[in-house]
Amino acid sequence: MSGDGTTAKVYALHAAVIALLVALNFILPEYHHGVLARVLVLAVFAMGYNLLFGYVGLLSLGHAMFFAAGLYGAGLPLYHLGWGVPAAFAGGLGAGFVVALVIGLLALRTSGVAFMIVTMMFAQVFYLTTLYFGEWTRGDEGLVLQQQTRQVALGSGTLDLTNPATRYLLAVALFAAALFATLAIVRSRHGRVLVAIRENEERTKMLGYDTFANKLAAVVTSGVICAAAGAAYALLFGYVGSTFASVQYSILPLLWVLLGGAATTLGPLLGTLFMYYVIDITSGYTSAYMLVVGLVLILLVLYFRKGVLGTMRERWVRWLP
Amino acid sequence: MTALLTTKGLSRHFGGLRAVDDVDFSLETGEIRAVIGPNGAGKTTFVSLVCGRYAPSSGRITFDGEDITDMPAHLRVRRGIAYTFQITSVFANLSAYDNVALPVQRTLTDGRSRGAVRQGAMQALERVGLAGRAHEPAGALAYGHQRLLEVAMGLALKPRLLILDEPTQGLSDGEIENFIALVREIASDATVLLIEHNMQVVMELARRITVFNAGKILAEGSPAEIRANTAVQEAYLGTAQEAGT
Repeated sequence: MSGDGTTAKVYALHAAVIALLVALNFILPEYHHGVLARVLVLAVFAMGYNLLFGYVGLLSLGHAMFFAAGLYGAGLPLYHLGWGVPAAFAGGLGAGFVVALVIGLLALRTSGVAFMIVTMMFAQVFYLTTLYFGEWTRGDEGLVLQQQTRQVALGSGTLDLTNPATRYLLAVALFAAALFATLAIVRSRHGRVLVAIRENEERTKMLGYDTFANKLAAVVTSGVICAAAGAAYALLFGYVGSTFASVQYSILPLLWVLLGGAATTLGPLLGTLFMYYVIDITSGYTSAYMLVVGLVLILLVLYFRKGVLGTMRERWVRWLP
Repeated sequence: MTALLTTKGLSRHFGGLRAVDDVDFSLETGEIRAVIGPNGAGKTTFVSLVCGRYAPSSGRITFDGEDITDMPAHLRVRRGIAYTFQITSVFANLSAYDNVALPVQRTLTDGRSRGAVRQGAMQALERVGLAGRAHEPAGALAYGHQRLLEVAMGLALKPRLLILDEPTQGLSDGEIENFIALVREIASDATVLLIEHNMQVVMELARRITVFNAGKILAEGSPAEIRANTAVQEAYLGTAQEAGT
């Protein structure tokens, strides 16, 4: 989509971001180190959301179900069936794939507001299902995955996912994988078709593209990325609970993406990081921290309508992907 | 000459309105056919049925010997039917290059050849004279250029049948002259079906003219025959003069 000069610049920028994140592992104080690991996993969730919302223009209000599919897909077999960490992670991805495929086939029959409502309803069904099977999921209370189950035998040693540095670096690795996957997708021919669907679906169809198949592929990719975040969350932080399937976790990725910049590759990280710290800091002073969040959103709509990075791209750095 | 496109008893009703009513139509390979008729005569609905934007209420459509009546639009495009929109419908936020790259990459089957997309897209832009504006956002182009871009997108599909829906609407006289030359060039390797209000364009380009009125074919023939046809004069040219166009 762009000349060769910018391609090098784009990859250099993304590599620099990853390098910075790795370097922070050795610098950050303990508390912020833990926060950033969590933010990185949630940013992967936001990136999955952004792929569908930012690039294809499909506004889903049910992405908590994909995150939770990964969370439970990994957490339940590990807790109840004694699966190892790699198998549990694969289980999370598989669960996300199946859920996204089925939901995609059904929900993509609608568009616009109907799509929002349908995805939200399915997510509610998913949430209530996690409560209904409380015997296995322990509902809101959730499951705590014990330390000894969250270890991977690696050659002669073991990889302990409860160790902060290991946890942080695995979060960076997952983030990097999701970031470069997103970058590759949006710069591919498939990505060009996705943007075309966002801009004008009817026209795209009349250029010979099966828009339904392209949208379904995007829903599944988005769902699997979100499920990867959910599975990683379960395995790295050891907690699996219904809260993550609730409507709040369908709205949050939308806010993170809007804040950072929809249809930008790095926007989801920026938005997640910013929002996390706004809530973290303000909740230290007042219980009405949602008021501050609301204020931030109003300022965003007034001055950065396309999110922080979206606005920067529009005004200053045109080559930003 | 064999028929590239035929329709038999093709109809489309919107509620009680018979927008297209029992139309038998045939188009030969290699011709430039103009479709004319007063506003609301069913011209756009008719070509929309052909390219698959609407499903017909009844009747059959055959393209190159194959029944395509129940085929979804995107598969018809892959068979070689390209449609350019009456209301300019380029991707305004994408560059002119990306607008044309989309149909080009569709026609490539080998998958991985980045160079081929660039080459094909630039060729299509050159054919309509927009190569110098490849990296401008399509929405920022002048209206006449957007119409040309629309045609370039159709051309980039390498169509066997190119349907142009009022392509000269809103173009200046100079632009129309260039456009006529362009359509002649396109017709050297594709069949062209042209909906057009500008009679100068129709008379210069079309070998045969089909006149629609109230969803039916009122008359069909050479430009000279159509000009001499009294029914056409009453139904079409009469109302056209009243409307002042």
